[in-house]
Parts: sequence; C-alpha cells; structure tokens
Amino acid sequence: MTPLITVFLKDLRSELRTRYALNALIMFVVTTISIVLFAIGNENVSVEILSGVLWIIIFFSTMSGLSRTFVSEEERGTVMTLQLMTRPLTVYFGKLLFNFVLLFAMNVFTIALYLILISTFTIKSYLIFTLTVFLGTCGLASASTIIAAIIAKANTKGTLYPVLSFPILLPLLLTVINGTQLAVDGAAVSESFGVFQVLIAYVTVITTVSYLLFPFIWRE
Amino acid sequence: MPAILFQGSNLKKVFNRSTIFSDIHIELKETQSLAITGRNGSGKTTLLKILAGVLSATTGGVEFSLGGSPIDPIERFRFLGFVSPYLQLYDEFTAWENLDLSRRIRAIHAENSRLQSLLERVGLSSRNDNPVRTFSSGMKQRLKYACALLHDPPVLLLDEPTANLDVDGKSMVQAIIKEQRQHGVVIIATNEPDEVTWSGSILNLDSRPQTR
Repeated sequence: MTPLITVFLKDLRSELRTRYALNALIMFVVTTISIVLFAIGNENVSVEILSGVLWIIIFFSTMSGLSRTFVSEEERGTVMTLQLMTRPLTVYFGKLLFNFVLLFAMNVFTIALYLILISTFTIKSYLIFTLTVFLGTCGLASASTIIAAIIAKANTKGTLYPVLSFPILLPLLLTVINGTQLAVDGAAVSESFGVFQVLIAYVTVITTVSYLLFPFIWRE
Repeated sequence: MPAILFQGSNLKKVFNRSTIFSDIHIELKETQSLAITGRNGSGKTTLLKILAGVLSATTGGVEFSLGGSPIDPIERFRFLGFVSPYLQLYDEFTAWENLDLSRRIRAIHAENSRLQSLLERVGLSSRNDNPVRTFSSGMKQRLKYACALLHDPPVLLLDEPTANLDVDGKSMVQAIIKEQRQHGVVIIATNEPDEVTWSGSILNLDSRPQTR
C-alpha cells in the first residue's frame, strides 16, 4: 500500500470514527435544501436559478466541511507527526484524494435529494451533467484542499476559508453553473466542450500550483 | 550501520525580531551523542525541531549524510526518530493502529512481530487494542518511543526524553539511548541533570548570545 493511499485511508478511517465533517455536511445539505423548498413553495422557479442554487449549496457545503482535513491536524497537534513520517506531497495528495471522495459522495447525496425534492429541476443530458459534476468536484476539491492547508495555521480559520476560497472558486462556479444549465436544457455534447475545457484547465492549473506551493506551506 | 555525519552549521533562529539562538554548530558521527541544555525559553526545542527538519532556521542549515552519501532534506524523515511530549498521536486509533500507520506511511517492510516486540519493549503489549485517547500521558510517551524506533533510525532526537514517565519508563529510555549510542547518533534536549549524563557532550544554549 503506497504512503499516499495510507494517508487517504487514515483520514477516511478517522472521519468514519469521529464524523467531524460528515455530520456537518449532511446536516448542512438537508437543512439548506429544506429551506430552498420552503422558499420556493409553489412558485415556478426557472431552471437557471435552480442550477445556480444547486451549486450554491454545494459551494457552502464544501466550505463547511473540507477544511477539516488540515484544520483537524493543526488542532490536534498531529501536523508534526505527519511531517516526521512522510514527504509533504504525499500528505497533500492523500488529503486531496480524501477531500475528493468526501465531496463526491456529498455531491451525489445533494444532487439526489435535489432531484427528488425539487420536481421542476430535471436533467435532460445526464452525460453533460455527470461530467460537469465530476470535473466540478475535482476543481472544488483541489482548490479547497490547498486553501485549507493555508488557513489551517491561521487564528480566524472559519472566516478566512470562505473569504479566500470565493475568488479562487468563482471561475469554477460560473463554469459549472453554465454546464448544469446546458445539461438541464438538453444541449448537444459538442456545445459543452468549452465548459469541459475550462474545467479541465482549471483543475490542471490549481493542482499544478498546489504541487509547487504545498511543500512551502506545510513546513514552518 | 553505515557511517553517519549529522551537521548543523551556523544555525540561527529569529522569532518576531528576537534572536533565540545564533552561531550554533553541531557535528556528530556515529556513536556520538549530544545533550542540549538551557533555561526555559532558550530554544532547546526549537533547535531540535530545526535539526529534525520540521522548522526552518533563519540562517544556516542542517546536513546529513549516511555512508558518505548526502541525504536530501525531503528524505530526512526516513532516518530520524523523534520523541517529544508535544508530539501528538491519533487519539481515535489504537496503539497498534498508530504504529501500523507509521509503518505504512513510512513504507517500512516490517512484520507484525516487529510491531508486537516494540510494543512489548515499551510496556504497552497489553494495551495495544485500546484507543490512545484512553492512555495516560506516560503511556502516550511510551508509544511515541515505539513509533520513533520502528524504522531503526540512525539518528534519534529526544526532547525531554523522560517527560511523563515513571521509574520503569525512565529505565527504558536510558536503555534505548545506551543502545542507540552503540551504532547511531542521539541528541537530547533536556534540563534534567541525570539525562545530561546520558550523552557524551553538552551544548548549553544559555552560554550563547541572545537578543530579546
């Protein structure tokens, strides 16, 4: 078993035992979707707005849960333990993988709930929607992980995380909302190539920058 | 054990415009040991962290070579064992799981029997399935020794080596240091007069110039 997978499994096992992020994420998603339902009521809300609301829910659930992977290490004092056991990039990619898996699972849960409870939100092109969600999740996970590493040492983590994340995630969010609207409208796959190009480029840039920066962030 | 050369050259650390220590030179070879002493706040722990590679020096650097080949700083963790009261383990995992985690993350090829014998050596074999959060501070310190020794490190760095330990624990640490000194390097940061005698040389940070 590679060290990277070990870091991933450590975080997964720890999360399943402590449920720090999981409970917060589930409650956030359930509560937010419930509020959206009450707010919509019997109104006929356009699918464009519903697409945006979906990604607002996903964005804020990301903010409420994904910083834990680094913040918990700082709060428990286990950062040095990890520093003494393995290379910085092993830690980064192990935690990135964990955040991706966690976020993907939450997004599947969120979207399933959204589709079930909000009947006016229907997907006509599941291929475009699936690829948009997958690439969007990759982008969210990669950006959120490096920002979590940066803010983990700060005093005002809770405030700083969304403040730092929003400008970096804004291009991603605009693109995935656009992709979701194309999926809802039943557009041809060829029309969505631009969306996928932007998302792949975003993930590539953020992951590459993280690869270069993380060793400096990780070490005091 | 191949030849070891562990050097800290011209080490200086400044925190918030205060110089904690400066002009520190350390050179240790296999079978050599060093006790770093000084009053509270003199920088013993800081110096040890710099030597371990988890903290950057303001100026100066640490070089480590094994068998004549220099070790890349990013790989230094493979050859260092570190024990300290402020080093934290994963409370939600058992003693065995913590040790197994260390084995897997370090990619050490060690059998379960090796882990079991280490836990016996540190006196935790009867508690290896208990979560670490149920451990006393002394038991946690013992487990840290097991984790530090798992990969047979040529260099052992010990900050307050007998902190939280009972009489048996102190004997255990003394035996570990004695064994390590036979083939490796030991660096201890301590204020305890007994522990200072466990090493072959002393570096007193109080005698170094500081500015506050």
